[in-house]
Amino acid sequence: MEQDFSRLDHLISVHREKEGALIPLLQAVQELDGYLSRPVLQYISDELGIPAAEIYGVATFYSIFRLQPQGKHIVRICKGTACHVSDANGIKAALLENLGLEAGETTTPDMQFTVVEVACLGCCSLAPVIMVDDQTFGKLKPQMIAGILDRFRDAEV
Amino acid sequence: MEQMIVKVGLASCGLAAGAEDVYLKLREYLGENPGAFRLAETACNGMCFEEPVVELCGLDLGKVTLGRVNPENILPLVQEYKSGKLPSSNIILAERHPAVRNELMANQKRIVLQNCGIIDPLSIGDYEERGGYAALRKALKLSPQAIIDEIQNSGLRGRGGAGFSTGLKWALCAASKSDKKYVICNADEGDPGAFMDRSMLEGDPHKVLEGMIIGAYAMGSDEGYIYCRAEYPLAIKHLNAAIKAAQERNYLGNNILGTGFSFKLHIKEGAGAFVCGEETALIHSIEGKRGMPTIRPPFPAERGLWDKPTNINNVETWANIAWIIQNGAKAFRQMGTQRSPGTKVFALAGMIAGSGLIEIPMGMTLGDIIYKVGGGMKTDKPFKALQIGGPSGGCVPADLLDTIVDYDSITATGAIMGSGGMVVMDTGTCMVDVARYFLNFTQNESCGKCTFCRIGTRRMLEILTRITEGRGVPEDLDKLEDLAKNIIKGSLCGLGQSAPNPVLTTLKYFRDEYLAHINDKRCPAGVCTVLLRFEINPDKCIGCTACARACPVNCISGYVKKPHLIDQSQCIQCGQCYKVCKFDAITKG
Repeated sequence: MEQDFSRLDHLISVHREKEGALIPLLQAVQELDGYLSRPVLQYISDELGIPAAEIYGVATFYSIFRLQPQGKHIVRICKGTACHVSDANGIKAALLENLGLEAGETTTPDMQFTVVEVACLGCCSLAPVIMVDDQTFGKLKPQMIAGILDRFRDAEV
Repeated sequence: MEQMIVKVGLASCGLAAGAEDVYLKLREYLGENPGAFRLAETACNGMCFEEPVVELCGLDLGKVTLGRVNPENILPLVQEYKSGKLPSSNIILAERHPAVRNELMANQKRIVLQNCGIIDPLSIGDYEERGGYAALRKALKLSPQAIIDEIQNSGLRGRGGAGFSTGLKWALCAASKSDKKYVICNADEGDPGAFMDRSMLEGDPHKVLEGMIIGAYAMGSDEGYIYCRAEYPLAIKHLNAAIKAAQERNYLGNNILGTGFSFKLHIKEGAGAFVCGEETALIHSIEGKRGMPTIRPPFPAERGLWDKPTNINNVETWANIAWIIQNGAKAFRQMGTQRSPGTKVFALAGMIAGSGLIEIPMGMTLGDIIYKVGGGMKTDKPFKALQIGGPSGGCVPADLLDTIVDYDSITATGAIMGSGGMVVMDTGTCMVDVARYFLNFTQNESCGKCTFCRIGTRRMLEILTRITEGRGVPEDLDKLEDLAKNIIKGSLCGLGQSAPNPVLTTLKYFRDEYLAHINDKRCPAGVCTVLLRFEINPDKCIGCTACARACPVNCISGYVKKPHLIDQSQCIQCGQCYKVCKFDAITKG
């Protein structure tokens, strides 16, 4: 399967000479593509001369990297301690129900939303909290979820 | 004439609470009424529970801080102040007048947070006006050894949690001979329930920079890194701006202030791995590898980043340096206790009325933190436990609230000082569930290098899950304690060595709750759903049938206007009946 990776060449050349640049490079590529595909990882390996296994090891070690395509909007559910004791599970259930996701599924079939759990967003005083893209929503109740998601859905039309 | 200033708190907590809309409303008003006041931005004053927060100042009334403002009420409040009257509502702090939160603020001692929520974090001028970079000027006239002595004399201990002497750490790194040395700021704040670093970096980034530049000069380093979580985009933005501004004023870069000393600083975004808070793991992560800890020695002070001597301190530690240089080790020692001088920043969260960021002198009791600084409990449910130190820490019960805050006293309870997360729990929190929650976290975050940490925590998690699901057996508690002991012994880094703490402290202080789950198949706090039992109180039930209609498995029966009954053999503990009952007739327990 021939694919065009020329879009990555600029990023690779920026990072090529720097020490310890693999993680920033993967972050930049993910920013561009939305996720890290297997052929892309192989291409980076060939270009930088780092074994693919090592790159795969790094990409799977850090929670920020995604190896599957993701939805247009990322919904981060905070699972920090303060959120946990303030019913983060109820918020999660409401989110999954609203998006029609079963337990274990993360992305809606229409590729609109990807739901991920994060350790802590650091807004503990507003628990429970979720973040949609770069916007944070706090002091949530399960019934508020539908309204929040609709705002992002509407933005599509 | 005096100029009135309106400052809006635009840190992450404020933004999440809608501060931007308030700011835009004020800007719009200012567009129509030029010169009415000066509109300024600041970060978080620590009172996150009152967000959005706006401060009014500049007139004779003194500084007045408003809480829970919104685009509708802000303009009338601003008008009142402008006309020389105290705003009629929403006042939380007032310099020259009584206000609801004055006392909470008065019981704090702010040196690290002295500028947070006061200055515009994007303005280096604001920082300089409040004495910023004076410590650096002073330090550059001292010998590196004199600086290290001063820090060592101050007794400052690492604020990241372990409490190692900062001065000693610096002395070790300074003594290492090398052509190249690095200093690193650990801002990979991973503890769930902690947001001290985020608030400090968002609110006063220059303070951290100034500390690092002084440290680099003292240790003979010319290059440094700030390793910051990618989950903190605003902190990264403010850091980038601060670095740029400091370079322009020659506090950073080549030949700093004409002294011949050069120092450059980079930001590294973390990629989401809790274990990278451990210093050897953090170093590997900066090198672009998997962030896995390695055996010490060699310590980073001898061989760290790219095998060069390296000194790593936490954000709060760095933020203490400028104050110590400026005011002296002796003044620092006047705060706090003999073995833990100075102050400590804590992030209060959970079931506490005043959740947010506080800074108190060491030596204050935990009880005073909750009731005199944190404003007491959020609801009328009583206090049950204080979780200190996140996944590495423990749960302290009510009868230990007279414990004072210092490294040694907190360690004696079985918890750890940690980086400063405090989550207050009330009687609605199940301690077995909390222990399971933390084990789930550490089990996910274990890097997998040490067998006990990788597999031992998984076994502990399985046992805890079994207990919360009503399948626990009495021997489980011995197994948990045995595993805990071995995981502590068999793990290389702090993550594994401290992972069992939440289980050990809850077993120590809340053993009855474990036994209730195991022997009586009951969750006293009513959290573990499988163990819940819903019952209808026939004295309160008026027979409205709401519960029967809500029940998804049709196990509630009864006639209209007659008390209903739940068939326990069919109940799936979903709690729908409990939610819909308007007469408090359904009990959960």
